[in-house]
Amino acid sequence: MLAKGKAGPRHQDHPLWFLIPALAVLVVFFLVPTVFNFVYAFTDWSSFKSAINFAGFDNFTSLFTNGTLLNSLKVTLLYAVLVAIFQNAFGLGLALLLEKDTRVNRAVRVAFFVPVIMSALAVGYIFQALLKPDGALNGIIGWFTGSDVSIPWLGSTTWTIVVVAIVHAWKWMGLSMLIYLAGLKTISEDVLEAGRLDGAKRWTMFSAIRFPLLAPAVTFNVATALLGSMNGFDIVQATTEGGPGGTTELLNIYIFRTFGQGLFAQATTMSLILFLLVAILAFPVIRYLRKREDVL
Amino acid sequence: MTLTAERPETAARTAPARRGPKRRFPVQPVVAILVAVLVLGVPFWLVIATAAKDQAQALNPDLSPPSEWRLFDNFAQVFADGRMVAGFFGSLLVMVPAVIGVLILGSMAAWILGRRGGKLTAAIYALGISGIVLPPAVVTIVLLLRQLGLAGTALGMIGVYMGMYLSTVIFFVTGFVRTIPHELEEAARVDGAGPVRTFIRVILPLLRPVLATATILICLYIWNDVFYALFVVGGRLDTLPLNLYQVASAGLYLQNWHLIFAYIILMSLPLLITFVVAQRRIISGITSGAVK
Repeated sequence: MLAKGKAGPRHQDHPLWFLIPALAVLVVFFLVPTVFNFVYAFTDWSSFKSAINFAGFDNFTSLFTNGTLLNSLKVTLLYAVLVAIFQNAFGLGLALLLEKDTRVNRAVRVAFFVPVIMSALAVGYIFQALLKPDGALNGIIGWFTGSDVSIPWLGSTTWTIVVVAIVHAWKWMGLSMLIYLAGLKTISEDVLEAGRLDGAKRWTMFSAIRFPLLAPAVTFNVATALLGSMNGFDIVQATTEGGPGGTTELLNIYIFRTFGQGLFAQATTMSLILFLLVAILAFPVIRYLRKREDVL
Repeated sequence: MTLTAERPETAARTAPARRGPKRRFPVQPVVAILVAVLVLGVPFWLVIATAAKDQAQALNPDLSPPSEWRLFDNFAQVFADGRMVAGFFGSLLVMVPAVIGVLILGSMAAWILGRRGGKLTAAIYALGISGIVLPPAVVTIVLLLRQLGLAGTALGMIGVYMGMYLSTVIFFVTGFVRTIPHELEEAARVDGAGPVRTFIRVILPLLRPVLATATILICLYIWNDVFYALFVVGGRLDTLPLNLYQVASAGLYLQNWHLIFAYIILMSLPLLITFVVAQRRIISGITSGAVK
């Protein structure tokens, strides 16, 4: 069991049995269910019969032919990309706006962190009320334009996915902001000074010096937003429940709905697809972003 | 973005009287406050105003102030009808053991993973942190819990959360362990301390800052989680988000926005108060892990 190496005599000071409790929990509650995913996706497990039989690729072919699979995949990926874009744009904008350490800025930063600590489900309900056709947002727009506005923000088969992605970004932008602020602080004063001596204007300073040096913060923020929102559920469930017409039906919404209907095998199949999607995307995404850091 | 203020020290260094005495309109603070009012103030005011209205007024939530503030009456009603107390203690019942569990098991594992080399350790580390990105198999977890006789129990929920968040602890703590000098352990060992004593007396106290960060993050996730709770304990154990989900989706409460928002205020208060009290530590803790 003991790994060989020059630090050999040290090994008894760090006994392997310290790993056992954590490993046991990981194996039972993480690894085994994941392995089960690969097994039960190929069965006809459901609440309607007691026996579970092998069913081959039936779940995959039926999900593929009735369009659910591709729709959920498309919606999930689109949602993840939109969230990553909005959350980073908002977070970076806020970080630049609130960069200076003044009393007002510190207070506003704290305020923007409040949505981060709130429940995503609660955020979803708040925006459901805010975005109703006769809700507060249309009221504000109507007040500015002087006419009655009744845009169905959550009722468009094209744009609602963008709206819910913005709500998701609203909830998490405070976290991105903090990470960008921390990134901005790490940029050395000498580099900025050099840029200024070269006569760089504000925009050049930002695009040519500060933004490239923010690469580690961008990596962290894009990766967490992208991978975290692929696993999204609460906000979409609370605002649209996957509608209208399935245009916001994330994989997790589908899994929850079919699980509730007792179609366990279909839910498992989708869960496996989500797992594979994240697994396939996670490594290239992180590697690509890391490479961008190394170039500097 | 053009409104970004320069750092004070550089402004002083690079601009010898370039702009003269400043008596300009304070653009940046005004913009900052305006953005906060529009982006945060509107939704938050909607919550507070609606939570203070009666049912008729709250039927269509808007930004008008309530004609009569009945915030506390609505609080009392969700307390009684929304199983608030049961939800609060249910949430605590799963969160506290899960967090303590992942902290202890995670730091034990991370100490070894941070100190030993070799392929086996690397493989275990990879397995240990894979849960940070990979989503848990939420459907088959339910099946497994049924087989273990833990379906719908607090213990099952605790196990699921531990399986999910151990990876976060292992990731944070292993990185931290590598920065602790070997000499500190050596000293304890010379005094005749075994691994257990060394771990408890030397390592654990040193891990305090990183464990604080992990605690904050994991509390945040578990306190607000509804997705995994719906699968594992839905309908059989009360937690605050589960009860909110029931209050908001049950036909009985449909469109009772004043109660939904009163519930949201009450369930957010514990984390909100913790955050206000410890905001400096929380913010620096969270950001320190992200940008290295």
